[in-house]
Amino acid sequence: MTKVERAAARRGGKRSGPPEPEFVQLLTPEGERVSHPDYSVDFTDDELRGLYRDLVTVRKLDAEATALQRQGELGIWASLLGQEAAQVGSGRALRKQDMAFPTYREHGVLYCRNIDPIMPLGLFRGVDQGGWDPVAHRFNMYTIVIGAQTLHATGYAMGIVKDGKVGDDDETSEAVIAYFGDGATSQGDVNEAFIFGSVYNAPIVFFCQNNQYAISEPLERQTRIPLYQRAAGFGFPGIRVDGNDVLATYAVTRAALDNARHGQGPTLIEAYTYRMGAHTTSDDPTRYRVASEVEAWQAKDPIVRMRKLLEKQGIADEAFFAAVDEQAKVEAVALRERVLSMPDPDPATMFDHVYPNGSPLIDKQRAEFESYHASFEGSH
Amino acid sequence: MIMETLTLGKSLNLGLRRAMEDDSKVLIMGEDVGKLGGVFRITDGLQKDFGDERVIDTPLAEAGIVGTAIGLALRGYRPVVEIQFDGFVYPAYDQIVCQVAKFHYRSRGKVSLPMVIRIPFGGGIGAVEHHSESPEAYFSHTAGLKVVACSNPSDAYWMIQQAIASDDPIIFFEPKRRYWEKGEVDTAAPLSSAYPLHSSRVLRSGTDATLLAYGPMVRTCLDAATAAAEDGRNLEVIDLRTLSPLDMAPVFESVRKTGRAVVVHEAPGNIGLGAEVAARISEECFYSLEAPVLRVTGYDIPYPASRVEEEFLPDLDRVLEAVDRSFGF
Ligand SMILES: Cc1ncc(C[n+]2csc(CCOP(=O)(O)OP(=O)(O)O)c2C)c(N)n1
Repeated sequence: MTKVERAAARRGGKRSGPPEPEFVQLLTPEGERVSHPDYSVDFTDDELRGLYRDLVTVRKLDAEATALQRQGELGIWASLLGQEAAQVGSGRALRKQDMAFPTYREHGVLYCRNIDPIMPLGLFRGVDQGGWDPVAHRFNMYTIVIGAQTLHATGYAMGIVKDGKVGDDDETSEAVIAYFGDGATSQGDVNEAFIFGSVYNAPIVFFCQNNQYAISEPLERQTRIPLYQRAAGFGFPGIRVDGNDVLATYAVTRAALDNARHGQGPTLIEAYTYRMGAHTTSDDPTRYRVASEVEAWQAKDPIVRMRKLLEKQGIADEAFFAAVDEQAKVEAVALRERVLSMPDPDPATMFDHVYPNGSPLIDKQRAEFESYHASFEGSH
Repeated sequence: MIMETLTLGKSLNLGLRRAMEDDSKVLIMGEDVGKLGGVFRITDGLQKDFGDERVIDTPLAEAGIVGTAIGLALRGYRPVVEIQFDGFVYPAYDQIVCQVAKFHYRSRGKVSLPMVIRIPFGGGIGAVEHHSESPEAYFSHTAGLKVVACSNPSDAYWMIQQAIASDDPIIFFEPKRRYWEKGEVDTAAPLSSAYPLHSSRVLRSGTDATLLAYGPMVRTCLDAATAAAEDGRNLEVIDLRTLSPLDMAPVFESVRKTGRAVVVHEAPGNIGLGAEVAARISEECFYSLEAPVLRVTGYDIPYPASRVEEEFLPDLDRVLEAVDRSFGF
């Protein structure tokens, strides 16, 4: 090889790279339960059925939101299609007292935090900025600026240490999880969060959903090494999990959170998954990826494999599956109806909540705004 | 003359293309600028024709994009970086205001950074938060940067080429909600014949009052002037085009003639560009003024949810109401 060829081979490295990554898996795409030396968890039949129900419901609600966008009811939607297992697995692994810091795509985690699924639709419809109570639900607001929330999550985790809430008790000791994408790992903020988390031994789990793309840019535009290996350079463990396997995602996340709450510091989890749809509804993925790649990932679908497992274990029958589908449909229809009747906000409310203690400047502008609008009354 | 009817977005695309053809040192860098052609398709087709060594899909890291562009400029390249949306320039803010702006000064003129930082800015497209902001005042406040904003296809085509050819670092604001508006562009003229970059321009002459705007609000002001004409008011409209340095000479001339001025921008008014323009007019034209210089701006609140953004953004009615107020003095 000439120098130029070697350089070219390095640049194109992805194509000759290993076909399947090493990761923790507990459930194969064929629905086989497999074991792992470090992550043996037992799920009750009820828990398995519950995880399946979560996956189906979350996918259905997401599909409904996508449809609502197509019909002009939402300005834009960031779909989680394909990432249900990564989100439900990690979301269900959280204990009640844990705190989560999402991006803008974590509708599945939001669902697991018992937040009304209408909430993010208000944001994407453009009637509000989100609006759930982050403290009450222990689920922060969606963060659109890539990577910013990882620092907030780390600081929050540093606060847990100061409060003496790190310890042996699984029920009172707290941990934090920060969600971000593969693209986000390039941001300075995320790397700074790794450093703070590490040097202050903060009880935090960095949960990267590697869905292979940052809008149009494939993973190799962000990194030359597997993302989970980055953790070593920052001084804490990194682990890759099959992000389409809800059981493995749950097991790995639960273990990392418990390690964190017991004072063992951060873990980076790379949930290896795939974004089946567009980046958002305004994206055109045909410009940057091929159908065969999407098809290959289809065969690894998180819901199909869970269903196969339930069938194989004989713990769910047709009636169960039909009932889950029906219930998800009912929830989706209810969501749709509520979105359609979501009114535009009163424009004067845009002056609300700029400052906790108010501001004479805003008060004056609001008064001017209201009298200006009153001057149009009756003119139509 | 080869007059073509082009959208503002396409004009930028052709301007970038021509700059790349003319100078092999010109590079394009940013998130999604390659295969996708940028989220607004402003760089559409450029990677296909110039290759991925010149049209570079970067990691998702704004500080990285601007910081490495500095290094490339030091090596003799002329990087043109795209910031995907206004609200995402802040991770690169430190690199822009502490580094880009100061290299020339710090090196006592030995180093210049001929780079352009393109930022689609402003609202009106129904987007979620961080996608509709007007951060121009932050950059205009920083010495060492030059800041411009185009408002129409012809200017877009020429100004982007002039900015790339300039040895000054330039923050180049593009009015994203005007990307799809069409206008005539003479694509065959030589660059040297283009209207000078750092100069404001009278787009419509009038005698009764002067409207001052840049970027997306220029169209709004032109429409307001048309509406005012039906009521017998003859408004002059000036496109400031250059925000730092401001080119005030045509503004002073106009205000001395009309006696009234209204500055219009989407950015919040508090400590904004309108304040600077108004102050300079009152310093220079005090005895010609029939009324205080008035401002029509966004309110001093975070950019609101998109369903009420039309109430936030200055529109034709608010501009005309300000003109009425001016005549009320
Ligand atoms: C600081 C910043 N820069 C750019 C953007 C525009 N943007 C929105 S999503 C996105 C890609 C994010 O990719 P990744 O982190 O992999 O997460 P994913 O959306 O794939 O889940 C970009 C570039 C942004 N939101 N924030």
